[in-house]
Amino acid sequence: MSTTMVAQSLASGILVGALYGLAAVGLSLVFGVTKILNVSHGELLMLGGYTSFWLFTLMGVDPFAGIPLSMFALVIIGLIVYQLLFSRLIKLPTEDKIRTSLLVGFGLGLVLQNVALRLWTADNRGITPSYAGAALTILGVRLPYVRVASLVIAFVFLVALQLFLQKTYTGKAIRATAQDWEAATLMGINVYRVYLLSFVLGTALAGAAGTLVAVGYSVEPVMGLHWTLKALIVLVMGGIGSIAGTLVGGLILGVTESAAAVWISGNYRHVVGLVIFILVLLVRPQGLFGAKEG
Amino acid sequence: MTAKKGISLALLAVGVVVLLLIPRLGVSDSLLNLLILMFIYTMLATSWNILGGYTGQINLGHAAFFGLGTLAARMLYTAGRPLPLALLVAGIVPAVFSMLIGVPAFRLRLRGDYFTIGTLALSQILYITVGNVLPKITYLPMADIQNYQILPRYYIILALTLFTIGAAYALVKSRLGLGLVAVRENEDAAESLGVNAFAHKLLALAVSAFLGGLAGGAYAYYQASYYFNYTFSPPWSLEPVNMAFIGGVGTIHGPIIGAVFFVLLKEWLVLKVGEYHLIIFGVLFILVVLFLPGGLVEAWERIRRVIVRRTRAKVTVSPACARDNGLPGN
Repeated sequence: MSTTMVAQSLASGILVGALYGLAAVGLSLVFGVTKILNVSHGELLMLGGYTSFWLFTLMGVDPFAGIPLSMFALVIIGLIVYQLLFSRLIKLPTEDKIRTSLLVGFGLGLVLQNVALRLWTADNRGITPSYAGAALTILGVRLPYVRVASLVIAFVFLVALQLFLQKTYTGKAIRATAQDWEAATLMGINVYRVYLLSFVLGTALAGAAGTLVAVGYSVEPVMGLHWTLKALIVLVMGGIGSIAGTLVGGLILGVTESAAAVWISGNYRHVVGLVIFILVLLVRPQGLFGAKEG
Repeated sequence: MTAKKGISLALLAVGVVVLLLIPRLGVSDSLLNLLILMFIYTMLATSWNILGGYTGQINLGHAAFFGLGTLAARMLYTAGRPLPLALLVAGIVPAVFSMLIGVPAFRLRLRGDYFTIGTLALSQILYITVGNVLPKITYLPMADIQNYQILPRYYIILALTLFTIGAAYALVKSRLGLGLVAVRENEDAAESLGVNAFAHKLLALAVSAFLGGLAGGAYAYYQASYYFNYTFSPPWSLEPVNMAFIGGVGTIHGPIIGAVFFVLLKEWLVLKVGEYHLIIFGVLFILVVLFLPGGLVEAWERIRRVIVRRTRAKVTVSPACARDNGLPGN
């Protein structure tokens, strides 16, 4: 096994891992604040990818420039989904809310997956702008520009989200609600508006992640469950409510998968992450980096 | 209560007799195939319901148990082992496997959602792994295919279905079954009354996995050919949940009604709208979860209550009284 090959797989792992982190941070935000565990997060991400695909193929919009548009589309979809479905669960006790939201998300995933199948067929779709094939080569390690750009963008999003949650008044309201919604209510925070905002912020992040997946890799209707599981794995590893933890969790998952592909077999790339997930769930359910849950 | 029980028993007996006689009436094979599908789906929904409905532990990876059942039964049956042994092992393998997630998840008193996403992950692990290790189509033995007999399959799967329903009934009506419901309603309160929540959840999981595997065994005996990993695919996880909820979760007859309704509606929708039927099922499922959590059973109860109230009102309201109150007299 050559060093270049190892370095290459490490690099590929980091590049895809950043996207896992971005996919997970939306799910984590929604779950942390609203206690809605939306297992159709992967399908929402897929819709983000298809939005960019349409923007590119039908209107020639550059995928990176189109990120705000695909986020906007997912804000609208998020609003509809929240108002129609998840807002009905928001007043349930936590246990019931999680359980029912799992079921609703499961059903919604099925619906979205089949809508995508009708709209875009079962084919793998990718976005191929003129610069798609170009790559940076450092010491024999090939780094495609689009994936490097995706890594940078994912990182920017995570930092921006961190700053938003730490520095702004609205961000503080979100954190307060996540910690203790009753106390937040007493402080004059409209928690229902915070729930709505967090949910929509989560779907917008899914939209951005979907675009980056479509441009760096590809999208297809059955990808939803796959990406939901990736996000859940990262969530469980990183712990809820830690953006840095989520990013690190995503990178670890990406690198581990690449390592498994090199040393075991490419076929088991996605199994390794799931096995780690089960192990973490069993051994350290609060996450590798998360604080002990109350 | 006893009169109601008597009616239920009579209906059940009539139903079983009709199902036993149907093949003798010279009906088409396609009807028998449809009934077999209903039986297998009834087994799936009933087995899911023991854990998901009665014990309140949502399993989104039931395909793992169904798939392991098909795999075990198919391997043994095509290797020439007797069918009863194949079916028994089809139940045991998933029951043992289920402990892999059950023992640690329930012992650590993980919250229910951890168990749920754990099952989702486990089923996905098996789906991918089986697809890698056995990436081919499995066929029934040549002798079975050349001389495919639907009648013995019909009767054996009917028997398995009745066994599944009977086992579920016996379990939930027993002291253990009451314990399961207690754990679902309030785990701490149940424990304070001496119910061992860990043991109860584990038992429900094992029975659910065993019966789900048995359904898999039935499928492996029935289906001439399929890809080995097909029975591990996500729809086999989704459909039992869907049927149990549409019928009425946490009741014995709910999953049966759900399975029959599901199969009929699916047949009809596939003819009418083709692949769009999956979208309709997804929407239906969400609507039931949100607005009718008791499913068709609850819907029927509501309608019945309204009818009873109407008729009672008619009986008790005398014409004179009705006239004074502006009600329609009888």
